[in-house]
Formats: sequence, C-alpha cells, structure tokens
Amino acid sequence: MTHLAQASSGFFSWEWVASNLDDIWDRTLEHLVLTAIAVCVGMVVSLLLSLVALRYRRTYAPISWIAGVLYTIPSLALFAFFVPITGLSILTAEIGLVSYTLLILVRNIVAGIDGVPPATVESALGMGYTRRGLFFAVELPLALPVIVAGLRIAAVTTIGLVTVTALIGQGGLGFFILRGLNLFYSPIGTTQIVVGTVLSIAIAIAVDVSLVGLERLAMPWARRRAAA
Amino acid sequence: MIEFLGDVARWFGDAANWTGTSGIINRTLEHIQLSAAATATSAVFALPPAVWLAHRRIGGTFVVAAVNIGRAIPSFAIVVLFLPISIRLGLGLGFWPTFLALVFLAVPPMFTNAYTGVAGVDSDLVEASRGMGMTDREMLSRVEIPMASPVILAALRVASVQVVATATLGALVGWGGLGRFIVDGFAWRDNVVVFAGAVLVAGLAIVTDVAFSVIERRLVPETLRDRSAAVETVAA
Repeated sequence: MTHLAQASSGFFSWEWVASNLDDIWDRTLEHLVLTAIAVCVGMVVSLLLSLVALRYRRTYAPISWIAGVLYTIPSLALFAFFVPITGLSILTAEIGLVSYTLLILVRNIVAGIDGVPPATVESALGMGYTRRGLFFAVELPLALPVIVAGLRIAAVTTIGLVTVTALIGQGGLGFFILRGLNLFYSPIGTTQIVVGTVLSIAIAIAVDVSLVGLERLAMPWARRRAAA
Repeated sequence: MIEFLGDVARWFGDAANWTGTSGIINRTLEHIQLSAAATATSAVFALPPAVWLAHRRIGGTFVVAAVNIGRAIPSFAIVVLFLPISIRLGLGLGFWPTFLALVFLAVPPMFTNAYTGVAGVDSDLVEASRGMGMTDREMLSRVEIPMASPVILAALRVASVQVVATATLGALVGWGGLGRFIVDGFAWRDNVVVFAGAVLVAGLAIVTDVAFSVIERRLVPETLRDRSAAVETVAA
C-alpha cells in the first residue's frame, strides 16, 4: 500500500486502478444488479398499484400520498429503518431502493394511460377489444413514451442511491467511496472515491442512453413519425 | 419486534438522550441550522439568474442538461468528495464540507425548476404586459414572478427536503446533525439507536415538507395552485 502511495503523484493513483481492475469490475456488476432488481421489482409493484388506481379512482390519492411519503424519507433513514428487521442485507437495500421508484413510476404510468386519447379507446372498444386487450394492446403501448420517461428517472435515481447502500454493507461502487473515506489523506483513498463516483455517473448515463435506445426499438411507429 | 419497539420507546423516554451536545435537541438544531443555511445560500445563487435567464429565454438547453446530469451525480459521493476540497480550502471537517456539498447539489434543481416556472408563464400574458409598455423589471415583478410563484415555492420546498435528507450524510464527514445517530448506531451495532435516528431523520424531512406546503398554500392564490405539480423532484 505505502509504496503505491509514494509512486503516485498528487491525489490520483493509476497504479491502484491497474491493480484492482477485477475488483472494480465486480463492484460495477454488483451496482448494476442492485439497480436492475430495484427497478424491475419497482416496475412490477408500480404496474399493480397503477392498475388499482386506474380501476378504482379513489385509491389514486392515497397511493400517491404513501409513495410520496416514502420518497420524502431520506435514503439513509429508510435503509436504517429496516436494518433491525432484515439486517445488513441485500433485502434491506432493495426494500429502500424499490420504495423510491414507486412515486415516479406510478405517477408516470397513470399519467401515460390517462393521456391516451378517448377517441382511440372508444374505437378499440367499438372494434370489440376486451378490457384486458384494450389495456395491453392499445393503452399500454400508447402510454409507453411517458412510462419510459418515468423509468429513466427511476433508473438514474436508483443508480445514485445504490452508493448509499455501502453504509449497510452493500453498495456496488459505493463500496469504493466509503472505503476511500475511511482511508482519508492517502492518494489511495481519494483514488477510490473518484473511481466510485465517476463510474457511478458513467453507469447512470449509459443506462439512460440505453433506455432511450430501447424506447425507440419498442416504438417503431414513433420513429417513423419522427422521420416523416 | 414488539420488544424492540419497546426499547426504542424507552430510548426516546430517557431524558439523557435529549440533552447535551449529542442529545436529540442539539442534533436537531444542528441539522436545521445547516439545512437552512444551505437552502438559503442555494436560493441566492440559483433563483435570480434562473428568473432573469428565463425572462430573456436564454439557456434552455443548459437547463435540460443540468437536470439530467444533476440526477446522475450520487449525493453520497459529493458529500465525501467535498471533504478533501474543504480541507484544501482550509475550512476543515464538519460544517463546511457538508454545507458546500449541499449547496452544490441544491443549486441545479432549484435553478431548473425556477427557470421552468418562469419560462412556462402563459406567453399571451407576457406579450400583453410588454404591449402595455412594461419594462423588463415590471414584467418580472408584476407578471412573471407572481405567475411563477407556485412553481418557485415548490422548487424551494423540494430543494429544502432534499437538503434535509442529504444533510444526514454529513455525519460521515464529521458533522453532527441527526445522521449522527444512524451512523454512530451502525458503528456501535446498536439497532435501537439506528432505528431512533431513522425516526428522527424521517420525521424532520416530513415536517419540512409539510411546513413548506403550508407556506405555499398561504402565499399562492387558489387559482394558481395546480401549477406547482410540475416541479422536478430529486431523491437523496
């Protein structure tokens, strides 16, 4: 450790990066997995909540109120709430991360489906679509741009929040940030903080861009319209 | 579980946990002091340029970029990164690194929301006020700022809730505040303190949100209220 610190000048040590590539790769993957689980589970839960809210309008206010309260609770506190129950585990991290996606996703799903033109819905009903067919074949595809916009915000926010889970023994790239903090005043420490931060931002941008790409793949009609 | 909650209740019931430097009262005051200073400073830096640039319709692309990049930056990393910066500037540990990190994180969303609010004022109104011969200053103070006030106040509310949330992380870089209970609880492996800290932090964030909502309701005319829904929120 000490010879590495001496070999590097200033606050950043490329030697540390070079000799820890495996570890950096593993933590990056862990970061992506923690994010993917949170966003997928969050999406399923939000779809169910949105279905309830769309079917029984009166439940929308309380559902978004609860999601809003969850969103207001600071992340460290939300993780800390569950530590006494579920321990310093991945489950604790995911409960918190999923909770944060709900407000954005439910709001966008409901807004997206509400935004489908009534004429389209009536035409579909006139053509004999069942309620379920209407939802999956007409409303959901037309609401996709708004839903994907929510998904992008949820994914990018989750990637940032995953770093905080380092404090409950998870963390992905947040692990480097926390370890760097504990190794303060050494170039090895700052190097780890910078690596964790830069990679976390890079993942967020990469995921955001990929979701835009997926959106275009999933909606060929929007692409055609844009070209016309 | 019941037993655990009983321990938490006993912790809150113990007068020794309320008084002194590391007591609940002092930690709450520290938390509020830091959050208020950071929110006020961010407002001074963010709001005037946002309102002016939106009035002149300059910098729309920058606004979009600021939201997207701002969201991708992990607040945890920023709090930690500002520690060496603060030390290099000779400001040391504790208050300053957290304060600088909070301002850095709060300025972009506050700027964006205020900008969007003013730029979103009905262009008929803006053109009419110009046609009536109002100066730039009059247009801003008598038309655009009042019309955008719900969005600007909502931007302040969202930013202050975010600041209160992120100030919790200041406990990691030597600041007190309510985050101290959670961070120390983790270090001591004392789940009662961790949970009590979580209750306090969550409580303060919710109280902040409610307090600002009340102020919004007081200040914003009823006819303008639903516009505040458009505000961008940020988790921390």
